[in-house]
Amino acid sequence: MKAMAFAAATAALFVSACGTQGGNQAGGGAGASQAQITGAGSTFVYPVLSAWAADYQKQSGAKVNYQSIGSGGGISQVKAGTVDFGASDQPLSSEELAQSNLAQFPVVIGGIVAVTNLTGIAPGKLRLTGPLLADIFAGKVKTWNDPSIVRINPGVNLPSAAIAVVHRSDGSGTTFNFTHYLSQVSSTWKSGPGEGKTVAWPTGVGGKGNEGVAAYVKQLPNSIGYVEYAYVLQNGMNYASLQNAAGNFVLPNAETFSSAAETADWAKAQDFNLVMTNAAGANAYPLTATTFILMPKSPKDAAQSKAALDFFRFALDKGQDQAKKLDYVPLPQALVKQIEDYIARTIK
Amino acid sequence: MTPFVPIARSRSAAADRVFNLVTAGAAWLVLILLGATAASMAWGGRLAFETFGLGFITSTDWDAVGGKFGALVPIYGTIVTSIIALVIAVPVSLGIALFLTDIAPRWIRGPIGIAVELLAAIPSIIYGMWGLFVFAPFMARHVDPWLNDTLGPLPVIGGIFTGPPIGIGMLTAGIVLGIMVIPFIAAVARDVFNAVPPPLKESAVALGSTRWEVLSRVTLPYARSAVIGAIFLGLGRALGETMAVTFVLGNAHDLSISLLMPSNSIAAAIANEFTEADAELYRSALVALAFLLFVVTFIVLSAAKLLLLRINRAHGRTH
Repeated sequence: MKAMAFAAATAALFVSACGTQGGNQAGGGAGASQAQITGAGSTFVYPVLSAWAADYQKQSGAKVNYQSIGSGGGISQVKAGTVDFGASDQPLSSEELAQSNLAQFPVVIGGIVAVTNLTGIAPGKLRLTGPLLADIFAGKVKTWNDPSIVRINPGVNLPSAAIAVVHRSDGSGTTFNFTHYLSQVSSTWKSGPGEGKTVAWPTGVGGKGNEGVAAYVKQLPNSIGYVEYAYVLQNGMNYASLQNAAGNFVLPNAETFSSAAETADWAKAQDFNLVMTNAAGANAYPLTATTFILMPKSPKDAAQSKAALDFFRFALDKGQDQAKKLDYVPLPQALVKQIEDYIARTIK
Repeated sequence: MTPFVPIARSRSAAADRVFNLVTAGAAWLVLILLGATAASMAWGGRLAFETFGLGFITSTDWDAVGGKFGALVPIYGTIVTSIIALVIAVPVSLGIALFLTDIAPRWIRGPIGIAVELLAAIPSIIYGMWGLFVFAPFMARHVDPWLNDTLGPLPVIGGIFTGPPIGIGMLTAGIVLGIMVIPFIAAVARDVFNAVPPPLKESAVALGSTRWEVLSRVTLPYARSAVIGAIFLGLGRALGETMAVTFVLGNAHDLSISLLMPSNSIAAAIANEFTEADAELYRSALVALAFLLFVVTFIVLSAAKLLLLRINRAHGRTH
């Protein structure tokens, strides 16, 4: 898979070289409809981006070529100017954006779910708090019938079995969002493994990609892992409800993800530099995440950049139904408005 | 003396010289490529080597957030899984090769031979998927609990076979690797056994040897060095295998004596982590890992060569 990603990286370089050429020709008179927009980055956003690209090509004729090489790769490619846009699950700080003269905005929302393999417990019936989740992944809470789990799960028949922890083995934006959340709710996690796309996991086995974690959790009895929401639905997995910042236990679904996006304080976040985990709303799911698009503020090729922006305007206005179909959550209307203002203001 | 002979001789001498140069160039090209690859990996990993020194090889830390890296776990995992692979693959491969050359009825040799070669053509990702979805659950349900119950309580070696029955770990990875290298060893060994001169075997039979005596006293000793070469071809593949291993090894940076515990391998760590390694030191540590894989392979192959020389000297043979 990574070999593929590697090939994709080279392909992206090659394609983007062709893309820029195509763009030049388009600028030269062939018309913007011939444009080929190139992008690279997050694997999380790949399914919905490619669906948008197909719809957009039908409507406008412009091709979007997106290579899902990983957030880190997307950031370095857009910094190097080899692609028209990059996509990252981890927002860049305003300073880093200013340094590379980049603009940043979110495009779609998704959630990360604590999935379990527990027989006799219906999906969502198991309740976990943030600190408890951190203690489980730190290997401090070792069995399912640990008093700290039993206390918040009255009436749930918890097995007296060891907890098998499953995490990601590859660097991933999903891991970043997950560990960011754990760091927010647990000071021992923050001073221990901390947050990042890969961390030094104190315990457990590593699965490669969301599909690897999903496969391990399905195979290992009494295991717990974390995957993106779409994988929960596709694989019919068992999952836990989480206690949010307001103290309520919430299930992962489109409604609670939207609620998190609505209550997150976007207006104050400069360049949308905000990780949505642990949002304040009463019904907000605490492990809500988003993918950010990165674009140069003053692009070398204005026509290419405009074509890419047209694509994202289309995605934000008309693509959100498509996002729902693919188990992502559309951005709240107020946020879309903010993004459109931001784009008009910052990208030339 | 006719005047033609010296001319013809000098022409052939010139052609010979060109031919020598071309073949020598081809041979040197490999050496230069090898040297350049090793040098560029050492250069790419210099930041990690400078930062951690010898600690890079002896430390079990692997913390991308804290910027602390040590290669002991991946090195250990790589070597242990490869040893398990060879323990399984060598007897099976030699069995296949001997069966095909000396025992099997002629009509069955073709189909089995082709089946073995087809095994070699299966992409490693397929072995990985099979390992994850089919073989790991089998290990978890049947093999791991059995090992825990029977070998686990034994003193000394018990610890090697004790662990959570999750079906993912060094033993599973080693077995999958073993299956993967069988065709490589078996195919070469079969060709080598076929090259044993029939009169040798026939003489042994004429002297009243049993089939087993012919195999163990004539065929195997005659083909010894080539068979060891085949085994090390398989070992080389096992050391560097990436995709299949990463699916069933568990990818955890933990050092454990138990074969049932997850571990990591050099190739798997690089494949897993390279794309998102965004810090300079992190990337350098991964390239340094690649360099260490190179060193490990070199040491293992040199040891094999030495072993071979020893055996040959002991038996008074020169090739």
